[in-house]
Amino acid sequence: MTGQRTGRWLALMVAMAAFLLLVANMGWWEAALRFLFPGEASVLHPRASLLVLVGEHLRLVAISSAITIAIGIPLGIWVTRPGGTDFLPIVTDVTSFGQTFPPVAVLALAVPVLGFGLTPTIVALFLYGLLPVVRNTIAGLRAVPAHLLDAAHGMGMSRTQVLFRVELPLSAQVILAGVRISVIINIGTAMIGAVIGAGGLGSPIVAGLVRDNLAFIIEGALPAALLAILADQLLANVEGSFAYAGGRA
Amino acid sequence: MITLEQVTRRYGETVAVDGLTLEVENGEVCVLIGPSGCGKTTTLRMINRLIEPSAGRILIDGRDTAGIDTRKLRLSIGYAIQSVGLFPHLTVFHNIAVVPQLLHWDKQRISGRVEELLDLVGLEPEVYAGKYPGQLSGGQAQRIGVARALAADPPIMLMDEPFGAVDPLTRERLQEQFLRIQRELKKTVVLVTHDLDEAIRLADRIAIMEAGKLVQYDTPEEILSRPGNKFVRDFVGADRALKRLSRLNITRYVKPAASVGLDGKARGAISASGDRWLWVVDDKQQLIGWVDGNLLKEGISIKEAMDAGDSREIALSESATLREALSRMLGLGFMRVPVVDNSYRLIGEVSLKDVESATSEGGG
Repeated sequence: MTGQRTGRWLALMVAMAAFLLLVANMGWWEAALRFLFPGEASVLHPRASLLVLVGEHLRLVAISSAITIAIGIPLGIWVTRPGGTDFLPIVTDVTSFGQTFPPVAVLALAVPVLGFGLTPTIVALFLYGLLPVVRNTIAGLRAVPAHLLDAAHGMGMSRTQVLFRVELPLSAQVILAGVRISVIINIGTAMIGAVIGAGGLGSPIVAGLVRDNLAFIIEGALPAALLAILADQLLANVEGSFAYAGGRA
Repeated sequence: MITLEQVTRRYGETVAVDGLTLEVENGEVCVLIGPSGCGKTTTLRMINRLIEPSAGRILIDGRDTAGIDTRKLRLSIGYAIQSVGLFPHLTVFHNIAVVPQLLHWDKQRISGRVEELLDLVGLEPEVYAGKYPGQLSGGQAQRIGVARALAADPPIMLMDEPFGAVDPLTRERLQEQFLRIQRELKKTVVLVTHDLDEAIRLADRIAIMEAGKLVQYDTPEEILSRPGNKFVRDFVGADRALKRLSRLNITRYVKPAASVGLDGKARGAISASGDRWLWVVDDKQQLIGWVDGNLLKEGISIKEAMDAGDSREIALSESATLREALSRMLGLGFMRVPVVDNSYRLIGEVSLKDVESATSEGGG
């Protein structure tokens, strides 16, 4: 079992190294895209190299996901505590609303208040990614069997000890599954940041759409897709490390 | 000592426990029993304040538990429940180590204690310490549950149907083990069950509850021989005489038995009652069968006259109860059954008359 796990991590490292190698070699992209689109005057987005764009994209996703996690998980915990249960309906409603509200609309509304660039994009991504994290945190904590909580309290654990020693370890997999969904959504949605100048892999796509240049669009879309797959695998591996032998008793 | 004084628990209009007064002596096993909804589990959970009483006081060694910090109180009380509640993400080792860790014991002391407890419940530490609850059988999990409750050596144990979720055979073995451990550790135990046989087997005192009230609180012998009212009489059932027998160890009733060796020489006392049947033993005094004394008188050799019998099938051990003795007599069609020690050496016999007199002693 541990052997299998190590194998998965190794495969992931190799895939990540291959991805870095791929985005670092602009020559390969130029050759491939020129071969596919011989008619285009330019096949690479002139603003920045792919490596820079990937870096910008990751920064957007990292900041927004970090905020989503830092707020979403405690929020999910709070509304499942005795003091916060009254707020459970409000919190689920608001987070659901956050996801049904299109990110583009959030951008449109945020720009007049927050200006162009990074900040409004992060706000939009945060709102959009909050639901899976909050929802899974609540679901995970609620799925902890009542008799385990009874045993934990009966043995003399404080509420905090029950939370950190029993509830969170047991719901970690479900919570992390929520984080994974949220991050994957963010990697895709972060594309729209380019519209208001937040950079990232959306830039070549927006430029490609404006100039009707399919090569630009591929230059942005392909690395973004690979990035999403890698992030998904990475978080799946983290999730897997919280599995325990024999399953749930 | 645990003292409940006029303890009441209300849920809105319903009264789950109604003015319960009860005293559990140190080192005794008190079994709370009654039909479901009688308030027995609520009573148990009020002792470690998982449920707070609506009225009344619960004292432990004279101290009102209401004045003790709930965490400190619970850390000093072992708690084992029917669903066991082992934490599936922790190994057996870490499950048992929970309370010692909460009490900040040092690592060495904890691992020593875990090993000791696994030995106590009869699970090899090398094999089981590293396993996860999901890898254990039901019986093993319940034993770990008991070990975990015992971890910090609490003077008091609360057990809510601790042997409920296993098959009858495993349950019997767990009960036996519980009695052995209890004889050794002498904890003050409050145990909830709905199984009367379990109560009779384990209890020093049985508290029979009905609709939140204590109906009778007495030793199993007393409850079986003198049920306090119709409810108790119905509850213990028409076969209470038989149930009582399972409380009585045979040692008090064992009488010397007439036996002969293979050489035909009488060993031990010749049966005073003049029974024709004699037990046959080999030169190590081990039981090997029985023989009709009349045949011997006629001069037939013992080897021809005897009926060979496996002493494991016909004889009782010293720790057997009168109920087992009776069941053995009925099964074999004997009026008397032999009793042997650990190495199957004949030490005496129990007769049907003894069982009868034991039954009538209790007046039941």
